[in-house]
Amino acid sequence: MNYELSHLKTLESESIHIIREVAAEFERPVLLFSGGKDSIVMLRLAEKAFWPAKIPFPVMHVDTGHNFEEVYEYRDRRVEELGIKLVVASVQDSIDSGKQVEQKGPRASRNQLQTMTLLDALEEHGFDAAFGGARRDEEKARSKERVYSFRDEFGQWDPKNQRPELWSLYNGRHLRGEHIRIFPLSNWTELDIWQYIAEDGIEVPNIYYAHEREVFERDGMLLAVTEFVTVMEGEKPETRTVRFRTVGDASCTGAVESDARTVQQVIDEVSATRVTERGATRADDRASEAAMEDRKRQGYF
Amino acid sequence: MSELLRFATAGSVDDGKSTLIGRLLFDSKSIFEDQMASVADASERMGLEGPNLALLTDGLRAEREQGITIDVAYRYFATPKRKFIIADTPGHVQYTRNMVTGASTADLAIVLIDARKGVLEQSRRHAFIASLLRIPHLVIAVNKMDLVDYSEERFNEIVEEFGSFAAKLEISDLTFIPLSALNGDNVVGRSDKMKWFEGSSLLHHLETVHIASDRNLIDARFPVQCVLRPQTDEFHDYRGYAGRVASGVFKAGDEVMVLPSGFTTKIKKIETFDGAVDAAFAPMSVTLLLEDEIDISRGDMICRPQNQPTSGQDLDAMVCWLADAAVLSVGSKLSIKHTTRSARAIVKDVKYRLDINTLHRDEAAETLQLNEMGRVSIRTTLPLFFDEYRRSRETGSFILIDEATNATVGAGMILGET
Repeated sequence: MNYELSHLKTLESESIHIIREVAAEFERPVLLFSGGKDSIVMLRLAEKAFWPAKIPFPVMHVDTGHNFEEVYEYRDRRVEELGIKLVVASVQDSIDSGKQVEQKGPRASRNQLQTMTLLDALEEHGFDAAFGGARRDEEKARSKERVYSFRDEFGQWDPKNQRPELWSLYNGRHLRGEHIRIFPLSNWTELDIWQYIAEDGIEVPNIYYAHEREVFERDGMLLAVTEFVTVMEGEKPETRTVRFRTVGDASCTGAVESDARTVQQVIDEVSATRVTERGATRADDRASEAAMEDRKRQGYF
Repeated sequence: MSELLRFATAGSVDDGKSTLIGRLLFDSKSIFEDQMASVADASERMGLEGPNLALLTDGLRAEREQGITIDVAYRYFATPKRKFIIADTPGHVQYTRNMVTGASTADLAIVLIDARKGVLEQSRRHAFIASLLRIPHLVIAVNKMDLVDYSEERFNEIVEEFGSFAAKLEISDLTFIPLSALNGDNVVGRSDKMKWFEGSSLLHHLETVHIASDRNLIDARFPVQCVLRPQTDEFHDYRGYAGRVASGVFKAGDEVMVLPSGFTTKIKKIETFDGAVDAAFAPMSVTLLLEDEIDISRGDMICRPQNQPTSGQDLDAMVCWLADAAVLSVGSKLSIKHTTRSARAIVKDVKYRLDINTLHRDEAAETLQLNEMGRVSIRTTLPLFFDEYRRSRETGSFILIDEATNATVGAGMILGET
């Protein structure tokens, strides 16, 4: 035996170690689940970390109400399989109760509104650690974030004042009202995620694979025609063969033209692509040069 | 099977570090068009002539405004042979704090030297920190060779100058590579402008440097993270000890000892979600099932009866102090986290402070301040199960936490018992 681990197994082991540390040291952790491929992999890693015991914390979905049907279906099925509790923090409820105001106009999106719903839900349930599926290769502000990301009582991230993080010794200490965001997939890339999905035989919602869909072009992205977006004058909906590289709120997640119908075809496509997944598909990051940093500072995922 | 190599880069923008990283990413097709467009766009708004690749890594608002790098940035790229994680550590501001953060898990460090300027105080400092953190492989990238006419003589001068300094450090593998990050000489492919250089290009070195032997496969250490007790019908009496192998190899059937209790038993089975395995080695995350029911909880250490770590409450360590305001001095009380064990610690003695530029030991020193390091004796409320850092990074390291602010204020590398 040569006692060598592949890079995927090394990443898997690192993530499992992080997830177990959190379960052991925090009182009330929660795993943020969006139905996207990253949170699907994260949930699988949590399953592996505690098997044959159940995952010892609930899963929370911050639901804008504008998600794809396939994602809800996947979420409910998976939670039932695992026998764990699902908490839904609803942006619609925040709007109905008057805490938030819906954006207006054809470009309205509930993406920004998620932050307050998330922070309120963390507070309401007393969660002191929240696992997120963010990866450092996604975006430049994220490339500087720690695995254990400290948030003050307002849920804010202060990039200038992060705790040094050495070896695999994580400092999760915090005062009441503060919490820590945990990113077990920090060192994974988009390609790693897909290779792992292939190697492990993980099922993902079928909108990640090529399919026919009615889409229209806006700001250089292909948005799906759904009840949640208003097609403006001059925008021409047409049926194209597309897939989603990221899955989020339908009003700001774009599709890409693609013929990749299998995991292997997706891996080949991702290996050859010249555009980052967020650059290709996320209107939310296009708002400004530091859009992600600004949202993260306020408590975004 | 592709391996993972983690490396840290140290140096300042002036040394061409960002250009070098930019070139590695660009030539391995890991920079994407939208990232490049956003860099070009930002460079133009800043009134620069060409795209500044530093903007690829300096993503925070304050960094862009002030033209500085605040924190360690992580970058990823892959070649068919290996997958790489770069911890890009800034050279100027908060250098020690950033470099220890970025370098603590690195297999290799690249220290950049400007061929025109030669070995500077900063280069020595970076090399020293790399040796202190026991990064197994050090590469001295002598950059900007194009500006010294690709001179072999100049390169040899720097090799000699650095070599005499490095002789004082514990560095097991030292490699010098002359290159020009700007022109791509010796970065990905061999340069035809430096035919006198017989070594490999930087990327080739990164792809082939032998790292498998860097791991400690001798001292079997398993810090217990948590106990798994499903309490279902199917797994009624199941008691699994979950953790990650810190060093060494564990096999089913091995006789093991549990600390602190000192009880011995045998490994019944080593489990993972994907099935049982015959052997577990660092850094695998597994679950151990034991033959006998012993009281074991988080923070306990499973090892071999004939090869145990030191159990003790008094230890000496090199401590890097990372706190902005607080100072380490005799009598300081702190929290300590070592493997999966947490305790309280009191500083009993500051034996000396090390000048990281001259390596001079100031034995009159009584405190450590931000970015300073020195040999410190501490006593802990609970026994820790430790090895010398030089033998095992995982069981030889600890962090110190301020009990009032909860900030991580110190990083310790264990030298041994006091």
